[in-house]
Amino acid sequence: MNSQLLIQTTANAIAASGMYALIAVGLTLAFGVMQMANLAHGHFFMVSAYTVYALYALGGWPFWWAVAAAVVVGGVLGLIVERAIFRPLQGDVVSGFIATMGLMFVFEVLVGEIWGWGLSRPIPSPYMRAISFMGASVAFQRVLLIPFAVVSIGGLMFFMRYFRLGRALRAVAQDPEAAALQGININKMTALALSIAGAYAGLAGGLMSTIYAVTPSLGGHLILPALIVVVVGGMGSIGGATLAAVIFGFVITFVTTLVDGVTAVMVSVTVMAIVLVIKPQGLMGRVVA
Amino acid sequence: MSLLKVEKFRLWGLVPIVAGIFGLCILPFFARAYLIEVVMMYFIYIILAQSYRLIVTIHDWQLYHIVLYGVGAYTSGMLAKDLGIPVFAAIPLGGAMAAVVGVAITLPLLRTKGWGFYIATYGLAELIRLSWLKFRNPFGGSTGIINIPWPPVIGGIDFSEGIPYYYFSLAVMLVVMYMLYRIENSQIGDSFKAISMDPELAASTGIDIPRHRLMACAIGGFFAGIAGGLLVHRLGAVDPKLFNIVTMMYLLIWVVVGGTNTFWGPVIGVSVMHTLFELSRPLIEIRPAFFGLTMILVLIFLPGGIGSLISKAVDRFRRADILSAGKAEGEGA
Repeated sequence: MNSQLLIQTTANAIAASGMYALIAVGLTLAFGVMQMANLAHGHFFMVSAYTVYALYALGGWPFWWAVAAAVVVGGVLGLIVERAIFRPLQGDVVSGFIATMGLMFVFEVLVGEIWGWGLSRPIPSPYMRAISFMGASVAFQRVLLIPFAVVSIGGLMFFMRYFRLGRALRAVAQDPEAAALQGININKMTALALSIAGAYAGLAGGLMSTIYAVTPSLGGHLILPALIVVVVGGMGSIGGATLAAVIFGFVITFVTTLVDGVTAVMVSVTVMAIVLVIKPQGLMGRVVA
Repeated sequence: MSLLKVEKFRLWGLVPIVAGIFGLCILPFFARAYLIEVVMMYFIYIILAQSYRLIVTIHDWQLYHIVLYGVGAYTSGMLAKDLGIPVFAAIPLGGAMAAVVGVAITLPLLRTKGWGFYIATYGLAELIRLSWLKFRNPFGGSTGIINIPWPPVIGGIDFSEGIPYYYFSLAVMLVVMYMLYRIENSQIGDSFKAISMDPELAASTGIDIPRHRLMACAIGGFFAGIAGGLLVHRLGAVDPKLFNIVTMMYLLIWVVVGGTNTFWGPVIGVSVMHTLFELSRPLIEIRPAFFGLTMILVLIFLPGGIGSLISKAVDRFRRADILSAGKAEGEGA
């Protein structure tokens, strides 16, 4: 590996870390607040990427308007899933994750029927430029995601710590019954958590849509790394998910570049198993008695 | 008097089972070859779903069961092809291998709780499945393994033919179901249920939870491996695509729609959902969405599955029966 490839891969790894962080933070937030795992979370990303495709590549909207629409679409999907699946199944973790597994199929078929199967949809990047850095060139579109990820995740942490609503979310995560006794409306909080989760996945999907080959099965490919990130970070921990996203962003990108994508998944699963043997609750997870 | 009624009722319960077995036994005499092949797949899937249910009774909804089915298929196929081990010995060896792999996956995850456990089992299952894809030697990569030996001729019966293999797999299914039934109604089965209901209480009565969880996944894994062995020696080939998360999803659909509270639930689930699966072949593109939606609706509106409906109806019938018996007694006195 020469230095040029090293720099390029590092830049890609940072961008991938940002993307995994954006996806995993929402997943872990939803898990923390309602103890429910959303396996269709990767499909929020996929549907948002298709939103950008439909509005920007087909509809001729400005790129940023399309991304904003993708964020809204992600948030609305989160709301719908909360209302239609998680609320009726309240507290039943197993049923929740099996039901969202079914939802993966529904999304995939809907998108496939609307926009076609198999073919990947190329979306022209609005920023064709590449940044040259020490002889390596890095696509600007990839770098673009990094400031967004930093600001939105930093913002979420700030929100969770200092805002009334954020503190209410954390209260529900710690003890729903006690939170309800304090007058916190739990249903509103879970709806809020799920729509934040959906919007973050939508942001990632919108921004990365020009880089990924957008196909209906994109969500299925992304969900395993995202879930690994959440589990390793410690379920429900935003900081942990961010840390784990950086670790796996680098592991996956470097192994994919040096060997191949299949090996990258195998290596990351092995890393996950090792972490879980040493710390069963994940890197920054709380020990639940 | 009323006790006698209950006993009689239990005997009546055997009628549909005996009738079902009899029907399956005489089916090859008037069914076309294609139908026999289709019904054979039901036998394999019922073994798979029943063995998964055993693990579910302890509340470990792991997501690697399909991969254990694959481990059984690969092991059995490779033993028969590469080492020349007779097919009927290779199938149980495949089951044993699946049990070992199941324990090896669960062992490092025993301390991970709840959702993390489910996801980690999915991850480790992918690790195994992707290793079949990655290591072309000896697993054959994405094309898998072909030219797996057919079952031999024993006592003049050629088991590579459809009908003899049909009876063979029917027999295996019945034996497996009988064994699972006995396990469920043994002390081990009771411990499994105690653990799923209240792990802390179960532990306080002296039940060794980790040991029972490993036992459940070893037993369930063994039978999943048997199902894989049955499959591979009928298809004569195996590839990693057969064992991906989509197939796992269909297994979950059978088990959830049939219901896990009753022993017969998964049998009903396989019978109903796999029939719908076969009938919906023309709609192959939208079929997954239909099945996904069915599962969501069943989970929300009928959490016990179809099995719970039937056991509820039987209960009502039984209660009415006992009541009327009691009334008759009262009138007689």
